Amino acid sequence: MTRSMDAQREVGIVVFPGSNCDQDTIKAVRELGATPRVLDYRLTELPPLDRLILPGGFSYGDYLRSGALAAAAPIMDAVDEAALLGMPVLGICNGFQILCERGLLPGALLPNPHGTFISQLETVRVTAVPSGFSGLAVGDHLALPIAHHEGSYRIAEGQLHALFEQGQVFLQYSDPDGAVHALTNPNGSVANIAGIASGSVVGLMPHPERAMAEYLGSADGRRFLQAWFGQKGSPGC
Amino acid sequence: MTTYRASFYVGLKEGVLDPAGQATLQVLHQMGFSATEVRIGKWIQVMIDAEDVVRAQAIAEEMGHRILANPVMETFDVTVTPV
Repeated sequence: MTRSMDAQREVGIVVFPGSNCDQDTIKAVRELGATPRVLDYRLTELPPLDRLILPGGFSYGDYLRSGALAAAAPIMDAVDEAALLGMPVLGICNGFQILCERGLLPGALLPNPHGTFISQLETVRVTAVPSGFSGLAVGDHLALPIAHHEGSYRIAEGQLHALFEQGQVFLQYSDPDGAVHALTNPNGSVANIAGIASGSVVGLMPHPERAMAEYLGSADGRRFLQAWFGQKGSPGC
Repeated sequence: MTTYRASFYVGLKEGVLDPAGQATLQVLHQMGFSATEVRIGKWIQVMIDAEDVVRAQAIAEEMGHRILANPVMETFDVTVTPV
């Protein structure tokens, strides 16, 4: 464990009714040398923390819209406040949907156009490096699993260009060599968008916590989370 | 205080792909119907106690804007009537 890791060791993991990736996320955080703190969605204040993760799942059964009801949970005022103060906040899958519904990230996630749930390994290309990340460069590509029915990213008319200009589009679905085109778009997301960043708030549809080791199909999730932690990462660690 | 019934119709904005609507349209065609478009949305009923219909309408509109519809992709209509 490095000293910079020490300074980043308390990671809050927000559990809503219907979250189901919290245990994998806890395990991943622990494997990277940090300390997970499970946070109940009914809390109105956060304990002292360095980072926050909204894990994947089906909060509130996806009722109304994916993430819409969780976005109005009591804890979310405190999440807003933490984000405003620059705390790194990561939303994975349903967590990404919640951050969009809350307005902490721009855009929305719609049902996949083909109407099916997709669960498969995808390659995503790093299009911009969000602030605070280290060990990832533009053009890098990562193999990460996706598992969703509502992952089709959409942004209000006329705002797509600005998203790219401001470096907010940080991950795009690509082919295994990192080329982004229409045939590498699994869910109809506009411009193949797989992840969005806004300041210290980051959201993505793929599940890095499910790609922590080669025997799981890919260890690139470990690399992604290390980058989020600001760790340089070392081969084989 | 009067009780009002707010009926919300929430639908995807024009131009937003509606996979459920398209699947339903295909089945209608398979059944021999000559439909040209299907859009599927939600109907939400909320009972509201308010002093008058103007206030009830204002509360309902706020509910629609803040949570019942997502302005990025949806629009809504709400009708408020005394029960």
